[in-house]
Amino acid sequence: MILKSRHYDSPKGARRSFLRKMLAIPAALALAHASLPALADDANTTGLAVTKDTVKVGILHSVTGTMAISETGSVQAEKLAIEQINAMGGVLGRKIEYIQEDGASDWPTFAEKAKKLLVNDKTAAVFGCWTSASRKAVLPVFEQYNGMLYYPTFYEGLEQSPNVIYTGQEATQQIIEGIDWVVKNKGAKKFFLLGSDYIWPRTSNKIARKHIEKLGLSVVGEEYYPLGHTQFNSVINKIKLKKPDVVYAIVVGGSNVAFYKQLKAAGIDMTKEHPLVFTISVTEDEILGIGGENIEGAYAAMKYFQSLPNDNNKAFVDAFKAKYGNDIVIGDVTQAAYLGPWLWKAAVEKAGSFDIDKVRAASPGIELTTAPEGYVRIHENHHLWSKTRIGRAKADGQYEVVYESKDLIEPNPFPAGYQ
Amino acid sequence: MFADYTSSELLSIFAMQGFAGLILFSVFVLMALGLAIIFGQMGVINMAHGEFMILGAYMTYLTSHVFENYLPASIYGMYFFIAMVIAFFAAGALGALVEWAMIRHLYKRPLDTLLATWGLSLILQQLYRTIFGTREVGVTLPDWLMGSYALSDSIEVPINGLFVMALTVVVTVGVWLMMQKSRLGKQTRAVVQNRPMAAAVGINTAKVDRLTFALGCGIAGIAGSAFTMIGSTGPTSGQLYIVDTFLVVVFGGASSLLGTVASAFTISQAQSTMEFFLSGSMAKVLTLLVVVGILMLRPQGLFSLKMRK
Amino acid sequence: MNSMISNLFSRYQLTHMLILALLLVVVLPLSMDIFRLNLVGKYLTYSFVAIGLVLCWGYGGILSLGQGVFFGLGGYCMAMFLKLEASTPEATAIQSTPGIPDFMDWNQLTELPWFWQPFHSFGFTLLAIIAVPAIFALIVAVAMFKRRVGGVYFAIITQAVAAILTILIIGQQGFTGGVNGITDLRTLHGWDIRTDSAKYVLYFVCVALLFGCLFAAKYVINSKLGRLLVAMREREDRVRFSGYDVSAFKIFIFCLAAVFSAIGGAMFTLQVGFMSPSFVGIVPSIEMVIFCAVGGRLSVLGAVYGALLVNFAKTTFSESFPELWLFAMGALFIGVVMAFPNGLAGVWSSQVEPRIKALFNKPGRTTPAATNSTSAPAATPAESFNPEEPSHARG
Repeated sequence: MILKSRHYDSPKGARRSFLRKMLAIPAALALAHASLPALADDANTTGLAVTKDTVKVGILHSVTGTMAISETGSVQAEKLAIEQINAMGGVLGRKIEYIQEDGASDWPTFAEKAKKLLVNDKTAAVFGCWTSASRKAVLPVFEQYNGMLYYPTFYEGLEQSPNVIYTGQEATQQIIEGIDWVVKNKGAKKFFLLGSDYIWPRTSNKIARKHIEKLGLSVVGEEYYPLGHTQFNSVINKIKLKKPDVVYAIVVGGSNVAFYKQLKAAGIDMTKEHPLVFTISVTEDEILGIGGENIEGAYAAMKYFQSLPNDNNKAFVDAFKAKYGNDIVIGDVTQAAYLGPWLWKAAVEKAGSFDIDKVRAASPGIELTTAPEGYVRIHENHHLWSKTRIGRAKADGQYEVVYESKDLIEPNPFPAGYQ
Repeated sequence: MFADYTSSELLSIFAMQGFAGLILFSVFVLMALGLAIIFGQMGVINMAHGEFMILGAYMTYLTSHVFENYLPASIYGMYFFIAMVIAFFAAGALGALVEWAMIRHLYKRPLDTLLATWGLSLILQQLYRTIFGTREVGVTLPDWLMGSYALSDSIEVPINGLFVMALTVVVTVGVWLMMQKSRLGKQTRAVVQNRPMAAAVGINTAKVDRLTFALGCGIAGIAGSAFTMIGSTGPTSGQLYIVDTFLVVVFGGASSLLGTVASAFTISQAQSTMEFFLSGSMAKVLTLLVVVGILMLRPQGLFSLKMRK
Repeated sequence: MNSMISNLFSRYQLTHMLILALLLVVVLPLSMDIFRLNLVGKYLTYSFVAIGLVLCWGYGGILSLGQGVFFGLGGYCMAMFLKLEASTPEATAIQSTPGIPDFMDWNQLTELPWFWQPFHSFGFTLLAIIAVPAIFALIVAVAMFKRRVGGVYFAIITQAVAAILTILIIGQQGFTGGVNGITDLRTLHGWDIRTDSAKYVLYFVCVALLFGCLFAAKYVINSKLGRLLVAMREREDRVRFSGYDVSAFKIFIFCLAAVFSAIGGAMFTLQVGFMSPSFVGIVPSIEMVIFCAVGGRLSVLGAVYGALLVNFAKTTFSESFPELWLFAMGALFIGVVMAFPNGLAGVWSSQVEPRIKALFNKPGRTTPAATNSTSAPAATPAESFNPEEPSHARG
């Protein structure tokens, strides 16, 4: 079942060790300086907080409130990326300085802080947001004041803003490949859809249902529970009664822990894969709270797992652990957050300017061969071309990668027929 | 809504849902008992109740770590009992401290205890975040608590559910006995009924207050410890329970333990039955609506010793 | 007319009003850039709620932990109108059903739900902002107060109402925008509310409305109704035995507080540009009570200052110490409740003002606290204040 050979259709550079790159800092530095266009004002014509030696960016996540649980990893990844970029000489010869703001798990606060970062601090880019609600709240602010947001979370799609680069996967990238796989390899015929009651799980399940029905298979149940719900025995009984082949679960936050613990306690042994539990919302971060033994045997479809065996990822995981301790885990979103500063750096250097409009114009086509997930490229629609992987949860809290899509999957935030 | 199921299916639905409702009932009772003591007996609204529960959960997490790393593996299975005792005393001690520093100055102003304890809950949340990190922690269960008994094809009984139920019975009976038979219990009831008279016959009312509050918090600690089996342990997890808890207590009639148990039973059975036939969100809304509706008709709650003042 | 005003408002109260007016209309707009001023405008919308709480909690003794519901209802009414205006068929041409709000399209709605229809009209919207929360408050209040539910029970039931409404809004996302709320509001009758000039105008509209509410609240407090409320708070039975319909007064004051909150909510939507269920829930509702408590639960002006100060503190704290501000907030809650139950206004009238007066009149005369006539206002019906009872005697 486990894919032994891996296909990288990216250029050879993709396999170049990240670590080696880090070791070659002096060289890179020299190179950067040599290849720089003149450090004149044309790198910043719109009054951004860019000096001769520094450039200011914003980090906007929740470090307090209910979402701090999820967003902490993203903050850590963004800081690491910025640190590494600075060690390589910065962007266009400028060191990155970040201003961190707390969204406090409160959407209006996100909007307020976003405005502060753009209007008062004149940041050249903002890395941040996690939930769709926080992104929706800041979106008008970024569009009005023409800022650039790098948004890391896998999300429901149905959006494409000129002022956002979506470094996570949109729903179709994550879902369709996963369902095809489980149908083909596990012979799944009956699906039970389950989610927390808000837009991402509902939209994702909608896409999943359409695809399942298009394949001529059936959905035997679809259920939603309020965010923060902690009692799942009723739905577990329903699952037992309907006997689906696959429980497709998009439960988030604290509910996740309750759901998997109760599922296991109710005698559904996920390692027996009957029913098979398939999720797109549980990363290694969440398993930390759930406990590996409670979710062992479940499958997840994402673009990144900490256990990806490529050299880029090894260097990334090492650097992450060196900075934040050996026990730290890295989930899909954390990796996507890590891509943000790198993608921005590449776009700025391609544009030769920090100006938002020039960075935006330069963004499509930007590729990152050093990405921990392998290779990504920015699509015209501001999402990333990326591969989708399927992992099987192990008792130690890691995923074992059992499948990887052959090609990069095109992001399609407005899937025809799925709306 | 029944038409989709055969009659034998319906039978096992009701059996399974009844059992799911019983687990929910145990959870509600465990959550609400401590609050019922504090609110019912002392009139204090403790908005930090959820945070006391999470303290118990974190204690369980720490205990499991100690057992895993420093003690022989053979006794690991027993750590849960030790953890519950530690959780009880840790939450109780914090409760006594809070009573001494804060609550005792506010007995004349019950609505103000609500605000002050809300402030306390913010501080405790941030404290947990600083100490244990922003992420949730995973508490490993001993093996004997995992798994389930299969009664029939479709009816399976989770062992940790049974454990929570047994614990609920033990704690409830314990609290009831204590309130009825023990010296502290008698003193507490005396103080509730008539504070000046109780003081006049030589009861140290300040001490009784402190112990009662500590006991309520300690029970919250036990509840938190038990909830590591079924829920999440994170800095803000306590907030998930607080509204339900208050409703159970108020619905039951604040001054009656029997009322708390009865109301937990009614709400849990109603919710779990509705959850099966409606969507989860709608079941929750309907349950809350019914509870609020009944409270409007019968503000003193299900059981009440005396009318509202 | 003039004499009526001077009857209702002492010169002293008018001075305080003038100081606040000076601060909000002159000092802040001149000393701040539009970004900060817009934030002040946002904080002021919370002070509408706090003023309502002064009336029903401080004077009436009714603590509502669900004021966010009314703030949200007012805000949602305004947001529905603005969203419809932003969702012209041209602007939403890429949708499968152009002309309906984007989130409805994502949820496969193909036509506008019936209860959205009237919000095409601005007149109806303005009416709804007042009427919807008022009717909702009326239903809740009649059900509760007619049956003499009060104190803690009322607080917890309002909390449950807030929880119900939040779950409903989030669950019915096709009709309400779900957890994301109603976002991306652009224009009001073609007037772009996102520009700086619009923000200035909206700020002053907000200040004007605030003073409208302030005068209304002062009017109520200084009227016979205000005195009855205090009497009910202290001894509900005696007021009832004196032949007054206690519940009717409570219902009125609760509805009035709801309407104030709703106006605040509508102004919030206009100034911030969106509305989301995160204002309807329990946490914001309790925070609003705190604004009121910090300012002083017996002072409508204090409520305004309270809302401003707490939010300023929140913004500054979270900018400089993002990971520590909860400690500060928690300590503030506890400190105010324990040490200053009458909030800033209490500190002002018991500590600062006597000293200022003493400075001008007879230096070094009395202890300041002894002159405070409102030293025991914290009593509420729930605790059935009983002077004979020894104060919680220590053994």
